[in-house]
Amino acid sequence: MPKVTFIAYDGKTTTVDVPDGTTVMRAAVDNGVAGIDGDCGGQCACATCHIFVEPEWQAKTGSRNEAENAMLEFADGTQPHSRLGCQITVTAALDGLTVRMPQGQH
Amino acid sequence: METDANRIVIVGAGHAGGSAAAFLRQFGWKGEITLIGAEPLLPYQRPPLSKAWIKGETKLADLELRPADFYQSNGIDVRLGRSVTAIDRALQSVTLGDGEVLSYTRLILATGSKLRALPVPGMDLAPILELRTIADADRIKDTLTPGCRLVIVGGGYVGLEVAASARGLGASATVIERESRLLARVASAALSDHVLNFHRSKGVEIELGASVAAIEGANGGVSGVRLADGRVIAADAVLVGIGASGQDALAKAAGLICGDGIKVDAAARTSDPHVYAIGDCSSRPMTTYMRDVRLESVPNAVEQAKQAASDICGKPVPLAEVPWFWSDQFEMRLQMAGLAFDVERTVVRGSPAEGKFAVFHLRHDGCVQAVEAVNMTPEYMGGRVMIGKRTVVDPVKLADMTIPIKQLMA
Repeated sequence: MPKVTFIAYDGKTTTVDVPDGTTVMRAAVDNGVAGIDGDCGGQCACATCHIFVEPEWQAKTGSRNEAENAMLEFADGTQPHSRLGCQITVTAALDGLTVRMPQGQH
Repeated sequence: METDANRIVIVGAGHAGGSAAAFLRQFGWKGEITLIGAEPLLPYQRPPLSKAWIKGETKLADLELRPADFYQSNGIDVRLGRSVTAIDRALQSVTLGDGEVLSYTRLILATGSKLRALPVPGMDLAPILELRTIADADRIKDTLTPGCRLVIVGGGYVGLEVAASARGLGASATVIERESRLLARVASAALSDHVLNFHRSKGVEIELGASVAAIEGANGGVSGVRLADGRVIAADAVLVGIGASGQDALAKAAGLICGDGIKVDAAARTSDPHVYAIGDCSSRPMTTYMRDVRLESVPNAVEQAKQAASDICGKPVPLAEVPWFWSDQFEMRLQMAGLAFDVERTVVRGSPAEGKFAVFHLRHDGCVQAVEAVNMTPEYMGGRVMIGKRTVVDPVKLADMTIPIKQLMA
């Protein structure tokens, strides 16, 4: 099963097993990772699953879609490598993915 | 996991109650947590019920807030299909329907809302539907076969979302609204008009300013809805969605102060320091608008769950967020932020004709109070930030699409 590592703003690191086809948001919520609330349930409507994709993973996670980009443009602390966790689906190709959480979400 | 003798009892296993249990563990609560739900299901998301669920596009596992093993591994004692019949505040205990008594160190009421009943003859006919739970949604799903004539009483968000889903399933839909416009209590006239036209263009029949006199039947089933003006609209099924009120019966019986819902402070504390109330059942202070409000929304449920859990765990309670809401109907993505109190001026930005616009609501001094966006996420998000920062904008510039919304946020 692919593994995803979440690094909180305070440096706390959590690595979880993620069933293929699960989103990064869902993986965090299902495992009680602090800092990702996923209020809207993955509808790209709330920006409570804002994450930073580590540079070496950006090519594999792809780029933002239009709705996601519109949400992120106005979220707190958005960086070029910001994504919404609900818009990234974990597959074997993303085994080992590491993401960081912004300061606002803790 | 090992827990100590202190116990939090959470009454209500909806989005608020389920979130509170998770936040308590996240914030370090070491005592017991007992989560009591009336439905036989683990906490799940209700917003998709009117949309993806009745259209058969999602499954239960996707709706569940968290998988079953989350509750086990976090030592959360979940009691499903159980009701709480009384609170004894002096003894700090609750009584369950079967007589079991559970003591609490802190109690969190997350009892949700109860649907308003339609007081007309014929409500005993079938199928008369409502939508609050998955069981309700399943009945709607089973009823909405192609050709079914669904009449929806109430032109609010739930009714309109179901109307859109019904059309998608090949059923017909007629919405009967008592007020002179759709979404009368929750949206501006500009948004109401747009939603009205969009639904009509998709084949939804809409009767405004019409009140229901009776549900008519034949052979024990629904045959139509009779309006006050005497007209009868033929129907195979009726859905009633005319709003809800806070489920505060338990709290009232226990002597907690209630208004429109259970009164709480900015940390979700009720008039009893050992009892919290969160989500749809509570009435919370909203300092931005200098009012107490009862909100029915997922973000509000999650926010108040976080407040209560923070307070119980001795963490600073987060500052209040700007309330926000969303609704998907046909190709319309509606996103709203703030509450349109004390509004003196509304500004439309974008193009209603092209189905892409936002309505900004300004106070007398130009301060943004609320925004409603249709397929215009940047304006929604920008508006949400402005409301939080109490930004004062120039209405002329706000209406000018050549000026990016970001520039107006400064």
